[in-house]
Amino acid sequence: MLGSWGRYPPPRHVAERPIAWRDEPLPEARPLLAYGQGRSYGDSCLNDGGALVPTAGLDRFISFEGSLLRCESGVTLGEILSLSVPRGFFLPVVPGTRHVSVGGAIANDIHGKNHHRAGTFGRHVRRLELLRSDGRVECAPGDELFAATVGGLGLTGLITWAELELKPIPGSAMRVEAIPFGGLDEFFALSEESDARCEYTVAWLHVVRSRGIFFRGDHAAGAARPPRRGLIVPFSLPLVIDLTTEAFNKTYFTAQKMGPRSRAEHFEKFFFPLDALAGWNRLYGKRGLLQFQCVVPTKEALQALLQEAPSSPLTVLKKFGELQSPGILSFPRPGFTLALDVPNRGAETYALYLRLENIAVEAGGAIYPAKDARMAPKSFARSYPRRGEFERHIDPAFSSSFWRRVAR
Amino acid sequence: MKVLVLGATSAIAQAAARVWAARGAELFLVGRNSERLGAVADDLRARGGKALTLAQDLNDEKQHEPLIENALQAMGAIDVVLVAQGLLGDPAGRDEDPAAAELILRTNLVAPVRLLTLLAPRMQPGACIAAISSTSGDRGRAQVGVYGASKAGLDSFLSALRQRLSRRGVRVLTVKPGFVHTPMTAQRKKHALYTSPAVIGRGIVRAVDRGRDVVYLPWYWRVILLIVRLIPETVFKRLSF
Ligand SMILES: Cc1cc2nc3c(=O)[nH]c(=O)nc-3n(C[C@H](O)[C@H](O)[C@H](O)COP(=O)(O)OP(=O)(O)OC[C@H]3O[C@@H](n4cnc5c(N)ncnc54)[C@H](O)[C@@H]3O)c2cc1C
Ligand SMILES: NC(=O)c1ccc[n+]([C@@H]2O[C@H](COP(=O)([O-])OP(=O)(O)OC[C@H]3O[C@@H](n4cnc5c(N)ncnc54)[C@H](OP(=O)(O)O)[C@@H]3O)[C@@H](O)[C@H]2O)c1
Repeated sequence: MLGSWGRYPPPRHVAERPIAWRDEPLPEARPLLAYGQGRSYGDSCLNDGGALVPTAGLDRFISFEGSLLRCESGVTLGEILSLSVPRGFFLPVVPGTRHVSVGGAIANDIHGKNHHRAGTFGRHVRRLELLRSDGRVECAPGDELFAATVGGLGLTGLITWAELELKPIPGSAMRVEAIPFGGLDEFFALSEESDARCEYTVAWLHVVRSRGIFFRGDHAAGAARPPRRGLIVPFSLPLVIDLTTEAFNKTYFTAQKMGPRSRAEHFEKFFFPLDALAGWNRLYGKRGLLQFQCVVPTKEALQALLQEAPSSPLTVLKKFGELQSPGILSFPRPGFTLALDVPNRGAETYALYLRLENIAVEAGGAIYPAKDARMAPKSFARSYPRRGEFERHIDPAFSSSFWRRVAR
Repeated sequence: MKVLVLGATSAIAQAAARVWAARGAELFLVGRNSERLGAVADDLRARGGKALTLAQDLNDEKQHEPLIENALQAMGAIDVVLVAQGLLGDPAGRDEDPAAAELILRTNLVAPVRLLTLLAPRMQPGACIAAISSTSGDRGRAQVGVYGASKAGLDSFLSALRQRLSRRGVRVLTVKPGFVHTPMTAQRKKHALYTSPAVIGRGIVRAVDRGRDVVYLPWYWRVILLIVRLIPETVFKRLSF
């Protein structure tokens, strides 16, 4: 059965109705929800009691001329890069894994390490087609339906294809620096200085010791050797996460500190380090994991969050830029975004999540729906004030577990 | 490289064609839905291949000779033929309705046999005929019914063709995929043994490259079917898988 990346909550849809051709009608089941690669952590790609429409078969390119690429919505960003990088083009925005579909990237209006330069994924979509229960419609930036569909969580219909504007790059290599830092003030300073100079910036943080590594990079000429793939986590391993967490952090720090300060590396290693371990989410065992990701407008709020946050193998920190997100419900907005993984230990984990959620929302921030499984309806209402405007564009044949939970 | 793909809208055929397209191959695509054939051709072109299309119902026997002439005329010669069209049929229908059973035989056995009979003398030494059969052909099971029979017939035909053509240096490849996520199996309940068409497509291209005779894809199906074939009939008839 198809599920979400965090394996929490467990899926309870009653049908899977794959779509494989752009000319196919919508399946008859109700309610429907498109399902891309299931890389969302919580329940935004789930539809309890309804039907999921997997788009993996909608995986054709339509045209690639100059920097404009038109493709079906189930094509993954990894497939696009395999085609475009040898021809000297890169996606304007990539997330931390290459296994997400174009449809999923639009529906969550995803962001990357270059948010301060490029804004969100939706800013680079030139056109798309929606398959709705009342027919097909094309839309483009400027249309209300476009603004609703970008970041629209799959609720405005099924995206069949989209046209993206790619950007030219000098080669498949990246020039990368990893800079160890101690304390938030150093992070703020590094962020300030690096964002002005570098295309990509992000920090990994060790919350308990309040130390971290700041990564910054740019595309560079030439080719670097792609990282090795092939490690697969084949089934659930209920590892003792406390040990893993510490071990992971330590290894990571040592390895990074010993490496040369500025180096050339393959883009996959820089952008998608976790993809080398396929199915790593299974390391969290059957109960799965929760990811908490929020954005907060101020340094003080970020500090308050970090006081509350547990040690986690993956705590990622980045400063979002000022570029306006194009979607009515887009998550990215100016401020600091923090993401951390927490193994699901039931009540205690939910309580922690709630504390973090409250800090973020009360500070005027927001929780990222793509990662969420717990947010309270009032938090959603407060941080996504344009919900009423969005609701007019929902296709009545579509719904999701996330939406039924937060939009009550 | 020049490739003739019969049943080119098949998900598995598309996956193999993508690998060939990325190598810059010239592909002649035959399928019965012209709009979808166009979508496949556009995709292969974007990936670096050359693609021509011919919309044709492959069960229309009168069109078999013109189709082959057409392909030969367009490409000059054929290095690889991939026969991919197939029909699984729904289990209830094909066990009770003789017309449904016949349609499966015509699609999976009669049309491929007719087409390959016409194509065989036109293939040059070094060329390869690849046809997608199925693990279902290895032993008849109630769940696959006449579909299994059609694939068993195809296996037997391909084996004979391989012997006949080996003297001329024309290779014949029998492809036996296990369970694959494609429109053919969309309504079936999924389990851990299902693989993606991309895996099967890469396997087909690799088998053609290496001049293999019979491949199970993924490889472990060879072991599974070996065991299945060893079960004594008195036991087998009571099983329900
Ligand atoms: C390791 C990892 C790292 C990540 N890093 C980042 C990051 O850096 N930045 C970031 O923003 N996100 C990140 N994410 C989250 C991920 O990018 C999003 O969840 C993305 O939406 C997943 O795409 P998907 O194809 O898997 O879609 P799914 O998770 O399957 O679906 C997500 C949503 O998209 C909708 N959808 C999918 N296809 C269509 C379609 N054709 N038409 C309409 N709606 C559709 C679904 O209905 C659902 O609402 C990360 C996830 C992982 C696992
Ligand atoms: N999927 C599996 O689990 C599996 C396992 C083992 C073997 N196979 C074999 O793999 C091959 C490809 O199937 P698939 O899995 O890729 O499924 P698929 O995507 O459904 O492909 C089957 C294709 O055959 C075409 N076809 C059927 N009858 C035709 C006709 N009379 N004329 C022209 N085209 C016709 C269909 O075209 P339309 O779209 O026009 O109907 C369809 O494109 C088949 O031979 C199948 O038996 C599949």
